[in-house]
Amino acid sequence: MTDQAVLTGIGIGTGLAYGPVARMAPAPAAPADEPSELGAERENARVAEAIKAVAADLTARGEAAGGSAQEVLKAQAMMAEDPSLAKAVAARLDAGKTAEWAVHDAFGEFMRQLQQLGGYLGERAADLADVSQRVVAHLRGLPAPGVPDPGHPFVLVADDLAPADTALLDLDKVLALVTVEGGPTSHTAILAREKSITAVVGVAGAGDLPDGTTVIVDAAAGQIVTEPDEAQLAQAEERIRERAEAQAAPLTPGALADGTEVPLLANLGSPDGAEEAVALGAEGVGLFRTEFLFLSAEQAPSVAEQREAYQRLLAAFPGKKVVVRALDAGADKPLPFLSSSEEENPALGRRGLRALLAHEEILRDQLTALAEAGAATEAELWVMAPMVSTVEETQQFTALTREHGLRTAGVMVEVPSSALLADRLLPHTDFASIGTNDLTQYTMAADRLLGSVAALQDPWHPAVLRLIAEVGAAGRATGKPVGVCGEAAADPLLAVVLVGLGATTLSMTPAALADVRAELSRHTRQQAEAIAQAALAAATAAEAREAARAAA
Amino acid sequence: MTASRTVTVASSHGLHARPAQLFVQAAQEAGIPVTIAKGEKSVDAASILGVLSLGVDHGDEVVLTAEGEGADDVLDALTALLSTDHDEAA
Repeated sequence: MTDQAVLTGIGIGTGLAYGPVARMAPAPAAPADEPSELGAERENARVAEAIKAVAADLTARGEAAGGSAQEVLKAQAMMAEDPSLAKAVAARLDAGKTAEWAVHDAFGEFMRQLQQLGGYLGERAADLADVSQRVVAHLRGLPAPGVPDPGHPFVLVADDLAPADTALLDLDKVLALVTVEGGPTSHTAILAREKSITAVVGVAGAGDLPDGTTVIVDAAAGQIVTEPDEAQLAQAEERIRERAEAQAAPLTPGALADGTEVPLLANLGSPDGAEEAVALGAEGVGLFRTEFLFLSAEQAPSVAEQREAYQRLLAAFPGKKVVVRALDAGADKPLPFLSSSEEENPALGRRGLRALLAHEEILRDQLTALAEAGAATEAELWVMAPMVSTVEETQQFTALTREHGLRTAGVMVEVPSSALLADRLLPHTDFASIGTNDLTQYTMAADRLLGSVAALQDPWHPAVLRLIAEVGAAGRATGKPVGVCGEAAADPLLAVVLVGLGATTLSMTPAALADVRAELSRHTRQQAEAIAQAALAAATAAEAREAARAAA
Repeated sequence: MTASRTVTVASSHGLHARPAQLFVQAAQEAGIPVTIAKGEKSVDAASILGVLSLGVDHGDEVVLTAEGEGADDVLDALTALLSTDHDEAA
């Protein structure tokens, strides 16, 4: 019997995979306060068995995970077996309650106590809630909530994945990720791109896929095919083989079908990733984030410390371009020595270049260290400022970099004002780099870290594309390079659109390089421009994606 | 017999996370009832939730009380544990 269905969502990348579904079990519904039909003694035995099993499972998972996860899981196991909690549960059972309700209610009482204490202890309340749900699920004979472990490779189906879930995920066993919620910048999507996992997010019907059903997950088409037949499976095998060949294809420089060069660069967060990026064919670095040097520091690191780190990075790319972004503090990454005052709206506050200009000595130290590292290595060093919103800021940054002897200074276009006035900004700088994540956040007025507005966080939105087109046009008019760094450049079809809108280089997480390289090579400049115009003319993000697909 | 000790907690993050786990585990293995008190509030030392809820910070004074055979030895061991900075060791 075949009971086939095709579900659609937003594909991340162009991967394809098939396998059995394993669902991330949802939290069990809260038990009702009903009188026990079994009596206190038998309910007590049920609770004892459930708690023992849950504690053993948590301990075993901790031992398998190791590291800091082991500590958290061990603490959860101890909470499950806590004698005070056992007393509170027993009191409720003696009063004639069911095991499920007694556990739920007694754990709830302790959770409230922890929440009232706040801070670190308030956070432990969430750990206790997880233990409570595990015990209740066990009592009902349901799978433990959280990441499944069926013991074989599987397609993970979840409402959405939180960082805490993915920390415990054995990625070697995950064939593909399918989520009901989430958009292209959700945690799941970012993880999938970084680790090159096939993923489709925002699949409304995925919640009903039963455990064990075989599905084909096709990220390029944004589709899930359930109960595929032999022919479809054979076709999937063929696509997987083709893709493996593409991944193994020679690492040619990025270019369109007509030979137009589109250098493909890597986004890096520390010098450690340089080697892997080169191995995957990165032609340089399009975004080097320098926050790692500052994040764990109480005060800014010295010029010497910084120079050592920059030199290590630059040495990996002799003769290649390396674009270093000046410290981007604020909003999601506050630093004690830069982000001094409390702000109601940090994303709209003194962040990025605004913070650096307010603490010029930190920017000067960084530019000094970069100039020294640049002089000591053979990489072609470019430096850019984050979160630039005006012509004045552009002028200030360019003047400061020149003063420090740095040859090439640029600005990041992340704020709509910079995109709209790109033709007036570019004459005062050497290049622009579009940060699509923040540009989308500010254009759509949708916090990029907030799940409830994730659907708005879509770089395919025609409003975002139109701003990118402005920057591309300004780049052409002034003869200045326009790069794109951000999640958008890692989406192969969107990468074609970006080039069609005027982007001259693309920078992405190194894992995405092969897919983007392959997609670019399929279209000429003229075709890329036509695909871009089709997307630009759409009314919604979904229509833009669809129009580009149809035109490609 | 009942024994009692006053101890100053040495761990830099107080009795949270790992130090709390180590302490509660040791109390559970003691085999006799032990309580830990901060100020007016006294809890079962074998209860991780109880110990966490005391909110013991670095430098706080706590009173340990044990009742039963070997109470002195048990308290010596637990006192040594609390006087060590486990966050430093980790």
